[in-house]
Amino acid sequence: MNTSPGTGAKCVVLFTVNGEAKKLFVHPMERLLDVLRNDLRLTGAKEGCGEGECGSCSILLDGMLVNSCLVPVAQASGASIVTIEGMSAHALMNPLQEAFLECGGAQCGICTPGMILAAVYLLEKKPEPAPADIREGLAGNLCRCTGYMQIFEAVSKAARRRVTK
Amino acid sequence: MRSDPAEYKLVSPGNLPAVLSLLAGEPAQWLPIAGGTDVMVLYSAGKLPNRKLINIWNILELRQIEVSPDRIRIGAACTYTALRRHDIVSREFPLLAMAASWTGGIANQNRGTLGGNIANASPAADSLPALLAYEAELTLISVRGERRVAYRNFHTGYKQTVLAADELIRDISLPRRFSGYLWYARKVGARNAQAISKVCLAALGQISDGTIRDVRLALGSVAPIPLRLNKTEHALTGKKIEPSLIDTARKMVVTEIQPIDDIRSTARYRAAVAGNLVAEFLERLATERKNA
Repeated sequence: MNTSPGTGAKCVVLFTVNGEAKKLFVHPMERLLDVLRNDLRLTGAKEGCGEGECGSCSILLDGMLVNSCLVPVAQASGASIVTIEGMSAHALMNPLQEAFLECGGAQCGICTPGMILAAVYLLEKKPEPAPADIREGLAGNLCRCTGYMQIFEAVSKAARRRVTK
Repeated sequence: MRSDPAEYKLVSPGNLPAVLSLLAGEPAQWLPIAGGTDVMVLYSAGKLPNRKLINIWNILELRQIEVSPDRIRIGAACTYTALRRHDIVSREFPLLAMAASWTGGIANQNRGTLGGNIANASPAADSLPALLAYEAELTLISVRGERRVAYRNFHTGYKQTVLAADELIRDISLPRRFSGYLWYARKVGARNAQAISKVCLAALGQISDGTIRDVRLALGSVAPIPLRLNKTEHALTGKKIEPSLIDTARKMVVTEIQPIDDIRSTARYRAAVAGNLVAEFLERLATERKNA
């Protein structure tokens, strides 16, 4: 990261998003969420609360699930970022999408990208999660439509299908 | 009102000496930022007083966990996830591993750091009672050198600490002598994940021949600082656990804490729950004796 003296200076930040190299000229304290949505037009990550409570801005930053509203863009310098837009080819996406549809795991859709990313992050580590693992893995993602049971069932179903395949 | 990023500076020196020299050059101007789970919340709400921030997330020496025969030294920028995944932390310091699992959700555990939790100095922080119970020692560093501070002396008042304006917490060191203790950790809140505690207890105890040999009781959210219950501990040590002792402990706990009414709970509820948690721990400790 380059920095020049004086408050207000922009800097160059390089990272990859969904496999594509990006070069940005930004204020270092811009939130990664805003850079993704406004500069890169990747609007899959949503802003719910803006304070790390709701998980709707979830992304993978160097493979770690994070809330992009809490990441200053300069800290993503050199990182590999994956957003929901970059997940279509992932082996877990088909089972998760089908299970969310069948179980009614998605309604208004605001929480869904974060729920899916949190589910992928969980299932990559625990391919056969217990119900308590699913609840813990998704505990940072709030949903105001479903009441959660449909989402838990969808993740469980996707895991079972993947394992039996 | 949301903050305007153009009014803020964030530099990434990438090494510890450079971070310390910035802190020393303009004391109290620069705010270190690691995972940002506290700092960015204030920033987004337009309530961050500092305009200049130093990135310490990429300082790798702050992310190490060093294990020696008698101590474990946790770099201040170790995340809750790193603590949960660490073999020795999970096996020998379950109060800390458990508190890490209650902090935020998975995404916040991937970014939030133990040093950040200490420096933020919230009396409601989940991981701090565990550090009191395990007799943590902090290493504070600055261009002037380093010093060791017993964690029990770190907090001096609500959000007040002994950390000087030019200092950074480098590591948190825990003695490896508690693995034989019975441990008990409980958080009472709206829910474990994300919600801030109404009361939380981290307790350790050792019992032989029915007598309490050693006991450590540390509570969060019941005083301006994370609190160790020295008087109650003293009154329990050397005693046999009997219903009358549990009753005495419950009453003493209430005299040692200073709970308040706030958005999450009331002083009255907190006092009742704090007493109940200590009583529950003592009952478990007594059962352990019978099993032994």
